[in-house]
Amino acid sequence: MTASLEVDRLAYAYPDGTQALFGVDLRIERGERVALLGPNGAGKTTLVMHLNGILTAGHGTVTVAGLPVSKDSLKEIRRRVGLVFQDPDDQLFMPTVRDDVAFGPANLGLRGEELQQRVKDALTRVGMLEAIDRPPHHLSFGQRRRVAVATVLAMEPEILVLDEPSSNLDPASRRELAEILRSLDVTVLMVTHDLPYALELCERSLILSGGVIAADGPTRTILSDAALLAGHRLELPYGFTVP
Amino acid sequence: MSAGHHQLYRAGDTPVHRLPPQCKLAAVAVFALVVVATPREWFAAFGAYALLLAGVAVTARVPAGSVLRRMVIEIPFVLFALAIPFIGTGERVQVAGLSLSLPGLWAAWNILAKATLGVVASILLAATTEPRMLLLGARRLRLPPMLVQIAMFMLRYMDVILEEMRRMRVARESRGFTARDARHIPVVARSAGALFIRSYERGERVHLAMLSRGYTGSMPVIQDLTPSAGQWLLAGTLPGAALALLLGTWGLRAMWGMS
Repeated sequence: MTASLEVDRLAYAYPDGTQALFGVDLRIERGERVALLGPNGAGKTTLVMHLNGILTAGHGTVTVAGLPVSKDSLKEIRRRVGLVFQDPDDQLFMPTVRDDVAFGPANLGLRGEELQQRVKDALTRVGMLEAIDRPPHHLSFGQRRRVAVATVLAMEPEILVLDEPSSNLDPASRRELAEILRSLDVTVLMVTHDLPYALELCERSLILSGGVIAADGPTRTILSDAALLAGHRLELPYGFTVP
Repeated sequence: MSAGHHQLYRAGDTPVHRLPPQCKLAAVAVFALVVVATPREWFAAFGAYALLLAGVAVTARVPAGSVLRRMVIEIPFVLFALAIPFIGTGERVQVAGLSLSLPGLWAAWNILAKATLGVVASILLAATTEPRMLLLGARRLRLPPMLVQIAMFMLRYMDVILEEMRRMRVARESRGFTARDARHIPVVARSAGALFIRSYERGERVHLAMLSRGYTGSMPVIQDLTPSAGQWLLAGTLPGAALALLLGTWGLRAMWGMS
């Protein structure tokens, strides 16, 4: 079976010469929920930008459900990889929630009733249908993040990539988002340093550190290895132990 | 979070509200042209235009008070117009002991009458059309798409940037700074610079988010707003009636040999 996402010996240096990725290898099967852990500056965001072709690999390849990321495949790649950015104000740029969720599928060529149905389905999946005609800036932060998830769900992606999904959320919004993510029938790659959130949602975790995958295994095992975590500037919050 | 800049719009469900935005935009533009083309001596025609607008306001259920309040935007023009009879040259007339220029009076009347009709028409447009719909309408009328997109982003990010500005002010004041006189301008200017950089960086992130969802340089058509012939006809009532008035008056005057 083809993997949802396959990254093979991916290396990248920024134009100023700073090497960010030194050969990343990873494979995510369809339906998996995987956490990508790593300290600040480990190259997480750089890696994410490669997954939908915003940055192009200096060396190595990224393949999404069998389709390699290249200039010619960008349109289809961006449909298959749904990127949810950290700040929902960056993601929600249209005047209303409806227009925002419709933006992606409309770019794919959907129109009329089919487009409206796609918008409603996506908003229903994140429990935000009643906000459909409201302007995004009138929503709470947690609601905006859920709408941001809907904007990419509307494109029916092969894999959902979330950048720090729990950041700035209050505890209730954090739990609500977790419930929504668990209910989605889609492959998820979650970039985070919220380790309890990774444990709650993802069976498997990767540690990206120094531009390479430093560990890959069940989240429970990785989070129980204090020495491994400490070696990559990761720590469980005070008072938290892996149950 | 404020919604201060959306106050022009009054939600409603009247025939005027329901018209597609491009019809209303075109109607207001043509109406303004007809008003401007009317010779300033035709007082009755201006009165009739005002009645037409009153008819639109009644249909759209926009109360006179709210129109009047919004007309403060016209004050600079009013002041300018009022000054003309005093500074104008040519024949003078005595009004209440003041010596006023006759051509100046005509010019002031011309500016006031035409500007007021134009402003009221625009206020009615803004009161019955959501800002975003206005932009969709502008796009359908083939205004430069880049300008329309810029206006759209301005509408969306105004609150975000104002909020950011407020946070920067709070941060300054928390460290004991309050802008009191000219010596503080450099500090405020540096904040403005920082705000510009932040907004610019946000622009880059928004652009990435747009690319990630398949943006290729033009906004996709999300709401199909193709008006029916009936809607164009309905929107045409206002400029149509005004044009009929203008041409009718012109015809009658020509018949009676008036200039």
